[in-house]
Amino acid sequence: MDKIKLKVTNLQKVFPANGRREKDLDALKDINLEVRESEFVVMVGPSGCGKSTLINIIGGLADATEGSVEIDGREVSGPGADRGMVFQGYSLFPWLTVQKNIEFGLKMKKVPKAERAKIAQEYIQLVGLSGFENALPKQLSGGMKQRVAIARTLANQPEILLMDEPFGALDAQTRVVMQELLAKISRETKNTILFITHDIDEAILLADRIYVMSRRPGTIREVMEVNIPGERNHEILVTPEFLAMKRKIMEMLWQESQDAALDK
Amino acid sequence: MKKKTGRISTGALSLISFCVIIAAWCILTYGGFLNEIFMPSPTAVWNSLLEMAGDGSLWEHCFLSTKRVMIGWFWSAVAALPIGMLMARSKCFSAVIQPIIEFARYLPVVALVPLTILYLGIDENQKYVIIFLGTFFQLVLMVCDTVSSIEKNMLNAASTLGANKLQLYTEVIFPAALPGLMDDFRMTIGWAWTYLVVAEMVAASAGLGYIILKSQRFLATDVIFAGLIMIGLIGLVTDFILRILTKIIVPWHERLGD
Repeated sequence: MDKIKLKVTNLQKVFPANGRREKDLDALKDINLEVRESEFVVMVGPSGCGKSTLINIIGGLADATEGSVEIDGREVSGPGADRGMVFQGYSLFPWLTVQKNIEFGLKMKKVPKAERAKIAQEYIQLVGLSGFENALPKQLSGGMKQRVAIARTLANQPEILLMDEPFGALDAQTRVVMQELLAKISRETKNTILFITHDIDEAILLADRIYVMSRRPGTIREVMEVNIPGERNHEILVTPEFLAMKRKIMEMLWQESQDAALDK
Repeated sequence: MKKKTGRISTGALSLISFCVIIAAWCILTYGGFLNEIFMPSPTAVWNSLLEMAGDGSLWEHCFLSTKRVMIGWFWSAVAALPIGMLMARSKCFSAVIQPIIEFARYLPVVALVPLTILYLGIDENQKYVIIFLGTFFQLVLMVCDTVSSIEKNMLNAASTLGANKLQLYTEVIFPAALPGLMDDFRMTIGWAWTYLVVAEMVAASAGLGYIILKSQRFLATDVIFAGLIMIGLIGLVTDFILRILTKIIVPWHERLGD
């Protein structure tokens, strides 16, 4: 059994009542999850279930009300380079070229310039952006921007890569291309990845393991291993294993939204 | 291609608007519709400009006024930048500073002139201080506003890439705010000219504000207009330089209408 990279224990998040909210809002409840080394874990859940809150807490951008987050058995709080994040909105630095964006984390760590350039070049090739080293973000398409964001986070060599609906803003074709690219990267680099999405196809396509979340307050409803052999690409989208799994998750999520509707 | 023709036509439009004003001025004065004492003709203003340029006094006044504006404004920018940035980022700091700034911002600078003279006399420092007081409090709030509107995601990305607090300021907040800051600077430098005239009208022996005030006593409206035109021209040039500088400093910035 592989070593456990990320461990989340009994995590709760309550948004306290304030001017806009009459009552305390339970966003996350009893969240326990583990991501093993080199594993690709996807959390899928209905919108508003608190998945983004969860990944922000793991990334140190928000505080948990209770519970702990551990990386390699060491409790963490606040953001750090050990947990690299990729956001839906790319959030590139518009004044830096592609290469300088990718070097950003290394520069913060005071890695010498020549070495920075060498590492950046490696990741530029990995995400297929050769020839765009000196382009500015405003000259790139959405898919290319997200490639830069992924390379920027990977170049920093985090212990775990946290991805918050990174392909949510892309058109359908680009999204598939990016999913296949990410599947390839995770296979080649053996990075540990926690990925959040509401897209079931995307979840099954990418994951070694899927956590299905319930509606608010977000809890973990089910954990599923994805045992689809061979290379992960768009061709598996129509295999019987894939479809069986998709049906199962769809039913779960459909039930969740049904419950939510009745609750109202 | 299309962009180029667009630029030429907007340039032409600006020129036309100037020409219309000058034409109206010509008609009103040469046509004898207005008393020469209140509204001098373009010829009279031109002649007094030539006269002052001839004996060199025009350049001296322009130089002195520009120097005062630049120095006073420079110190206000230097002070406002860190304070405004901190205010935008720290609730505590903002709670301490903001009420003071808001209070001071509403004090008319003209009302502070007597105090500055009492404290500092009528030397150059007093002029700088007036310009500083006129622009600093506004600029702090503008800087704070500009910095507050930086995309939060960019800061999140930077901190998850390992940037520490200082690096956040130097590597992210400052460059991200720079386009907005350049605009803030451009605005406040314009106001600095207003306060310059305030300073020079009260206790000065040279400068464009001074010659305007002095000319009033002699009913030399042609000189007043000459002074006004010079202030306007210097303002126009400053604005132009700052716009070019902005394009050079933040070439990555995308702006509506560019």
